[in-house]
Amino acid sequence: MHGWRRARLTERTKQTATGRTLTFEVPHWPGHLPGQHVDVRLTADDGYQAVRSYSLAAPAGAGGDRIELGVQATFGGEVSPYLADDLPVGAEVEVMGPLGGWFVRTPQDRGPLLLIAGGSGVVPVMAMLRARAASASGDPCVLLYSVRAPDEVWYATELDAVAEGVRVRLLYTRTAPEGSRRPAGRITADDLLGMPPPTDTHCYVCGPTAFVEHAGELLLAAGYGPDRIRTERFG
Amino acid sequence: MTEHPLYVDGNALAGPLGEVFAVDPTTAWRLCPSCRLPATLAQLHVYGPEPGLTARCPGCAAIALRIVTQPEYLWLQLGGGAGAFRFTLPAVAPDVRRP
Repeated sequence: MHGWRRARLTERTKQTATGRTLTFEVPHWPGHLPGQHVDVRLTADDGYQAVRSYSLAAPAGAGGDRIELGVQATFGGEVSPYLADDLPVGAEVEVMGPLGGWFVRTPQDRGPLLLIAGGSGVVPVMAMLRARAASASGDPCVLLYSVRAPDEVWYATELDAVAEGVRVRLLYTRTAPEGSRRPAGRITADDLLGMPPPTDTHCYVCGPTAFVEHAGELLLAAGYGPDRIRTERFG
Repeated sequence: MTEHPLYVDGNALAGPLGEVFAVDPTTAWRLCPSCRLPATLAQLHVYGPEPGLTARCPGCAAIALRIVTQPEYLWLQLGGGAGAFRFTLPAVAPDVRRP
C-alpha cells in the first residue's frame, strides 16, 4: 500500500515551449525503477483535489531524495499548465509512488532494446537511457523519437551525450530540418528497417494513445511479438 | 492530446489501486473470460475521466474492472456485473503547504 508523500518543487527546467522537467524533493523517497511514474495530487483551498500521473525522468540513486518529472502542458488542461508554469518553486504538492511495474526496464534486463517515443513520451524512456548509460551495457539500443518539429525535442543536448552506444533517430512529423533525407510525416514501416531484430529485442513504446496504437501495429507487422512489446499511453 | 483522452493503459491504475493493494497490481495477469485474451492489468484499456475509471479487455472491450474514487473511499468492482467493494482509504496527509 502506498500513501501520499509531500514533495517540494526545487527546480523547473524548460524543455520545449510547453514541456518542463520539474525536480521535487521528497523526504524518504524509497527509490524507483526506470519507466515508473508517480501520481501527483493538487489540493485547492476549498478542498477540491485533482490527481494526474507523470513519468519519472531520471533513474533513482544519484539524486537521493530528489525526483524529476516530465510535464507537458496541455492546452485548456486543469493540472498540467499549472504545474508547468505556475506552481512556485518552494511550494509543495503530494506524490504517490513509485508506481507501475510493467513499463519498466532496468540495466539488469539484457538483450537488444528498441525504444519508441512520441513527444513527451520520451520522459520514461529517458530514465531507461540514463540508467543504461550509467551501467555501460553493450547490448544494442535504438531510440526512435517522433516529434512535430526540431524545437519540440526534449533533452536535445543530453540525447547527444547519452547517444554513446545508442542510436538516436529523430522522426519529424510536421517540420523536418533543412536537408533531412526523411520527409516529415508520422512513423512508418520504413522507419523500422534496420532496427534490432524481432527475435530477441524488447520494445518499449510511450506517447499519445494514437501514436502508441500506430507504432504498436507497425511493430507487430514487422514481426515483433506482442509479449516483447510494452506500451504506455498517456492520452 | 488532451487531459481526458479516449483511453489510457492500465498502468494508470497503479496509483488508485496502490492505495488498497499491498503489491503492485499492474503486473497481475488475467485471462479474459469473454475472448480468452491474456493480459496484465497494465495492458487493459482504461476509460475515464476520474473519479470513475473503467478498465476493459484490449481485445474485446469486455469490462475487467471499475474503480470509483472518493476522498475517503475507493470502490472496486471486478468484472461487469458483480457488486463493488468499498475500501476505506488512509487519512489524508495533513498540513501540506499550499502554493
